[in-house]
Parts: sequence; structure tokens; C-alpha cells
Amino acid sequence: MSAGYLLKRLLLAIPTLFGVLVVVFVLLRVVPGDPVTMMVGLTASEEDIARLRELYGFDKPIFTQFLIYLGDVLQGDLGVSITRKQEVLGLILGRLPVTLELSLFAMAVALLGGMMLGVLAVYRPGRGGELVADGFSGLGLAIPDFLWALMFILLFGVLIPLLPISGQIDPRLGFEPASGFYLFESLLIGEFAAFQSVLSHMVLPAVALAIPLAAIIARILKSSLQEVMTQDYILLARARGFSRLRIVLREALQNALIPTVTLSGVQFTFLVGGTVLIERIFSYPGLGNMAIEAVINRDIPLIQGIVLTFAVMFIALNLIIDSTYVLLNPRVRHG
Amino acid sequence: MPIHRRQFLMHAGAAGVAGASLNSLLWSRQARAAIGDTLTIAYHVAPPSWDPTVGPSSVNPGLQSIYKSVFDQYIEQNPDLSFGPGILTEWGWNEDRTKVSMTVRDGVKWHDGKALTAEDVVWNLKRVADPETGNVVQVVWASLDNLQVDGNRITADVKQYVPDLFKWMAFLTGYLLPPQYYEEVGAEGFEKKPIGSGPYMVDRYEPNAFLRLKRNPDYWGGEPAFENVIFKFVTDPSSRVAEIESGGSDLTLEVPFEEFDRLKAKDGLVGVATPVSDVALIFFNDTGPMEDLNVRKALVHAVNKKAIVDRLLRGYGVPLDTLEAPEYDAYDPDIKVPYDPELAKTLLAESGYSKDNPVRFKIQATRGYRPKDYEIVQAVVGMWRKVGVEAEIEVYEIAKHFELRAQDKLDPAAFYVWGNASGDPNNSTGFAMFGPSPHSVWDTEDLDGMLAPVMFGEKDDQKRMAGWNKALRYIAENAYVLPLLQYVQPVVHRAELGFTPYTANFVLPHKITVKG
Repeated sequence: MSAGYLLKRLLLAIPTLFGVLVVVFVLLRVVPGDPVTMMVGLTASEEDIARLRELYGFDKPIFTQFLIYLGDVLQGDLGVSITRKQEVLGLILGRLPVTLELSLFAMAVALLGGMMLGVLAVYRPGRGGELVADGFSGLGLAIPDFLWALMFILLFGVLIPLLPISGQIDPRLGFEPASGFYLFESLLIGEFAAFQSVLSHMVLPAVALAIPLAAIIARILKSSLQEVMTQDYILLARARGFSRLRIVLREALQNALIPTVTLSGVQFTFLVGGTVLIERIFSYPGLGNMAIEAVINRDIPLIQGIVLTFAVMFIALNLIIDSTYVLLNPRVRHG
Repeated sequence: MPIHRRQFLMHAGAAGVAGASLNSLLWSRQARAAIGDTLTIAYHVAPPSWDPTVGPSSVNPGLQSIYKSVFDQYIEQNPDLSFGPGILTEWGWNEDRTKVSMTVRDGVKWHDGKALTAEDVVWNLKRVADPETGNVVQVVWASLDNLQVDGNRITADVKQYVPDLFKWMAFLTGYLLPPQYYEEVGAEGFEKKPIGSGPYMVDRYEPNAFLRLKRNPDYWGGEPAFENVIFKFVTDPSSRVAEIESGGSDLTLEVPFEEFDRLKAKDGLVGVATPVSDVALIFFNDTGPMEDLNVRKALVHAVNKKAIVDRLLRGYGVPLDTLEAPEYDAYDPDIKVPYDPELAKTLLAESGYSKDNPVRFKIQATRGYRPKDYEIVQAVVGMWRKVGVEAEIEVYEIAKHFELRAQDKLDPAAFYVWGNASGDPNNSTGFAMFGPSPHSVWDTEDLDGMLAPVMFGEKDDQKRMAGWNKALRYIAENAYVLPLLQYVQPVVHRAELGFTPYTANFVLPHKITVKG
């Protein structure tokens, strides 16, 4: 992949981000809900409301507000949260690792589960393996992630209390990671009690997020493998007497992976979007949970900051996916 | 002995299952063992800010229990809404209510070990009175002027008489922050490491995840029973139910009433349902059909509040005929607005309406903001339909309600839940019905003329309450608002705990004990 291609993609990201900024900024000011009227007390007069509106800069024309905001964003200043009274950037950077860690773990679970099912379906075609794989992927696609989450809470939180159902770590543990990446840091520095706690808290939300994606991966991989399995070099491998498992895993899988990886990457962005609801259900303290709080409280600077962060994340992810695709498939060349 | 691949896989699988089971046992045991010195509460709302005196968090009733665990108030509030000594041991007005005096408690320490002084109290009062601070009831605190300290005694001139000033000292934003520490670390530093003088100290706060508190050994109000308190922030009601049911938490609140009945019947759990200071009502806006007295009176007489409480809230609610709940200062049980659908029909007929020619208007409602809010409005609309009223329900978000209410642009009818833990009628009927208030919807000179003296002028408490009684009766007779019911707060906790319910909606960890 050429540096020119990367540069072109990066330059294209600028108007996308500007568009996101404009849309979010305008939408937040036209949707119902004035943050100032939500915060005023019983005895507040019209003057008090006007004073608070001025204090937070909501008294200025919308265009002026946008220009001020744009100037601040370009300087790396996302403003101060109305409800939390802290720098928005600091708040986001504090939560981003939590969401990233959960998303990556869920992605790993989805890839592992989806690939296992995809391989199983092709390894045992027309038999139990394929039925199990098809049945699972059908269920996984039919039931959305938040419903899996609610079922897991009932099943593993109440009926068979196997795993914790809220939070990110046992509050009694004193572990405070410097990086914000609880799982990775606890493992790296050998805090195994914290690692076990974080891992056990992460399992249910991650699996709930992963199931729909795993189902998609299983389906795509299955059809890719089926296609590859009809090719001549596979027939040759069979003729040489290789076992079916070896043929599937060592001969067919690599070629079948290209469409799977591409699609998984695209779906990963949806998975990250899904964290908003899943984090809320499991009281997981990530960016998604904070986004819902911000919307409820009409914390406009915080909502803008979070949406911008998600937009940057999605653009970066798409860039990585494209790069991976090019790396995996050397036949693809750009301009 | 050789191990075959299949055997190895079977053993590995068995070990995995055993490991998972062991882990689950350990987790459950940890959760159950926690009640020794740690109280875990599955709580419904997390504090966005640690300054309980300014900003939207300061007026969020759900956050007051957390703030009260860390910070002291000038005056304390008892479970029945009455008041008692807090940081102030004495307080009062002079004869003509032109001056106030307050005595600050001796021997109170901030969490950093420094002494809490009368100067600290004055700093706090001046801070919230400053419009630049952004206190949302600044006008209350600005009613005092010329604050003077003499030892532990504070005196001040009354610039503008606020009859419920001392009630505000136990109500929203009436908290004390440590001046020296606050000025040292600034507002942002305070958010990162807040300290107060309350029964618990903040040990660790993970926003939206949990708050871990540690007992304040120097607390003036006696040693709390638990060394540690953990607030787990579980915003989803079904997850809170799962938390208490699985043993992950020792106490939870704000669960659906259906679940409350199920949980309280379980061994080892106790359910407490207490009427709290939240009143459901339907605002009438003085516009369109609501300007017709017959229509308004028909609307209030057509609603069977007891049926709503019994059928929708499973009996967990108290039907009301005024905006004053039984625990409030101005509650008058003699003011009655009976359910009388026949009278409603007659009144509507007098204005030319009937089931064939119904009066039509829109009613606004939230859905899911408060328990059964939308369902209550549906039930009310159904009852109205039976007497000749066709109300169209418009669902909106609570933020929109606040915006429209401030602009006096609500539909002719709008559902809302009004909280007033101070118990003073100024903060319920007063600001809900007094026209110039941005929170009021009804706006007519007759009522404003009646409310202004009792809200702001009358200095004799008895005369003031008599005035309120007259005003409440007048509002009921003229059907200026439709009071519906007083909400009940459901709390579920482990049977081993001694829990004190508060009408003000508080769940205070330092008031929770271990039985036996």
C-alpha cells in the first residue's frame, strides 16, 4: 500500500470530521431540551436563567457558538462538561481505554467463536457440525446484542450466579491502572487478582456484544470455505491423502479469510457502536455509558466530544481495515 | 502412562468446567461475605459532579443520599421531614425577622483533619450567594447580608425575607465544602478528590461504575456501622433486581413494583415501601378549554385516583387532592376533591360538552421517566373519555417538558412529578402555581394575588399556614391543577440489615445497621 493512498484517505477524513461536527452541533441545538432549564432551581427567576445561559455561552447566535467551538476543537480543547465540570478531553481519554478494551475482547471472542463455527460447518458438512453452526448463527443473527445481555443477566447473574453482572472490577480491590487499560495492565504488572476480577466482569458484556458478530463471521467464513474447497488445489490435497481437518485448516482457511477479515473489520465498527447500550445494561464505565448520561443531562459539550471521538475511531478503524485488506491480498492495488 | 489426545481434551474440558465453577463459588462467597464490614448498595444514579452546591447535580434528588454521606448540611432532616441539628446546633430569626442567628457545632473536623469553623460556614454562605458561582437557588442564599462571626455564633441581616430559608439549609444545595481545601485545589481538583465533613470519606470514585467510601472516624454524629460502603451504579432496573437477587449487593432501590413484590417474598430479603416527597400531577395551562371552570372541574372529578394507585402501582401510592402530601407542613386532610364521574358529566353538559360532542385538547406525558408515568396518563385519558373528554396524548422527553414549562408553552394538560423534600408549601404548590415563577404553568391574577403574600410576605408562621390553607382550598375548588398521587419508594435489602426509610427519599448508609 502506498503512502499516497494513506495520505489521500487521511485527507478525506477531514471533511468527514467537519461534517460530523456540523451535524452534531446543529442537531444538539435543535432537538428538544434546554440544559439550562433542566438545572435551574425552584426559586430561579427569568434573570437567573438568562445569567446561567450566558455563563455557559448558550446566549450567543448558533453560528458564533459553532465558530468558537470549531476554534477550540482545532486547538485540542473540547470544552468543559456542564454536569461534571471537568475538561471533556480528559473525561473521554479516561473512558476510551475501557470501551476499547471491551470492544477488542468482544472482537476476539467473536472471531474465535465465529471462525470455529465456520470451520466446524465445513469440516462436518451436512452433519451435526454444520447443523450446530447454522443453528447458532441463525440465533445469533436473530437476537440483538442487548437481548443477549438481558438474558445473560438473568441466567448468569440470578439463576446460576456464575459471573458478576455490573461494573468493571470488584470495587473492593485497590487496583488503579495508570493507563486505563484494566485488563492489559493488570496482566502486565502481575496483579492477578485484579486481572481475574476484570476478566470475569468483562465476559458477559463481551459475549453479548460478540454473539451477533460471531454469527456473521461464521456464515461468511462458511461460504468462503465452501467456495475454496471446490478449487483444484484442494482436490490435489485430497488426492495426496491429507485429512479433511488439515485441508480445511491449512490449505483452505487462509484463502477464505480475506472476505471474512474485511467484513469483520466493518462489523467491528458496529460492535463499538453496540457498546453504548451494552455498557449501560452492565453498568460498564466506558464511553458509551458516559454518552447516555450526557444525553440524559443534555451535557452538550460532552455529547459533542463523545460523538467526535466515535467518529475519529470509526475513521481510524476503517483505515486500518483497508490497510489490512491490502496486506492480506497483494493482488489489490490502489491507483 | 501414555495420554491420548481424546483423553487429554476430555480432561482439559473437565478442568475448565471445574475452574469456572470454583471461580463462581469464590465470586458468590465474596459477595455474601461482604456484609461484615462493607455495605454494598446497587444505586440507580451516579454523581456527575462532586460539588453538591452548584450545577444540575445539586438539584438531582437521587444524588442527595450520596452527597449526604460525604458532606454535612447546615441543618439535618429527620426521616419524617422534620428538622434537627446539623453543623448548626441553633438557628432562628429575631422578633421582626430582620436578622438571623446561627450557632456552629464545636469539634467538627473536615476529612483532612482541619477544624470546621464558623468562618467556614460564612465562606460557604457567601459563595453560594454569589451569582458567579452558579448556585441554582442563589436568590435564597443572597437573602442574607452582612454576615458576622463571633466565636461559634454567626449573625446576619435579612436583605429579603425568605420564609423557608432554614429549610433550604437542609434541602438542595445546602451543603458545606471545606474552604481552605477547595481554594487550594480549585474546582477541578475538588472533583478529582472531594472532601467534606460527613460520615464517610471518598476512598475511590470510578465514574458510572462505583463509589467506595470509608468511615470517617471523626464524624460528630457517631460512628457508622459499616467501615466501608460501596455504591455500585446500576442504572438499569432489571440489573438492580439481579444485583440484590444474586447477592451482589446488600440493598437496592427504585425497582419495578412487580419485582418488589416478588423480591420481598423471598427468604433473606426485606422490602420497605415508603411514601416519599414526589407528587404526580397534571398541570393545567390557562389556555383553550382550560379557561372554562366547568371543564377543569369535570377533569378533576372524572379521575379515580385510588383505582390508578391500586391497579397501576399495585397499591404503592397515596391518592392526593392537593399538591401537599400528608407529611408536608401545609397538608390539610379536609380538602377533598371526590371521584364523581356523574358530576363531571353534568359540569361538561353545562358547558355544552358530552360524549357525542367531547371537549378536545392535548396532554403531554413522559414515558419511562417516572414509574408508570405514561400508563397513568393513559388511564386518566380513559377515565376522561367516559365523561366526554377526548385528550390526545403527546409523548415527549423530560428535557422538553422543562423547556416548554419555562416558556409557558405546555399543552393545556401535562403530566409531571414534583419533588419537595423541604416539606414547605412554597416549594410545592408555591412555585408550581405562582404565575411569575418559571416553573409555574397556571398564570392568573386571582391566584397570584393570593399566593404572593403567603410565599414572600407573611412573617408569622401560623398566619402563613392559615393563608396557605385558604390558597390550597381555593386551588382545589377552582381546579387549577390535577393532583394525582404521592409516589412510594421501594427499597429491597438483606434481612440482616436495619434500614431507616426517609420521606425525603434518602438511603443513608450511616443510618443502616446490622441487626443483632
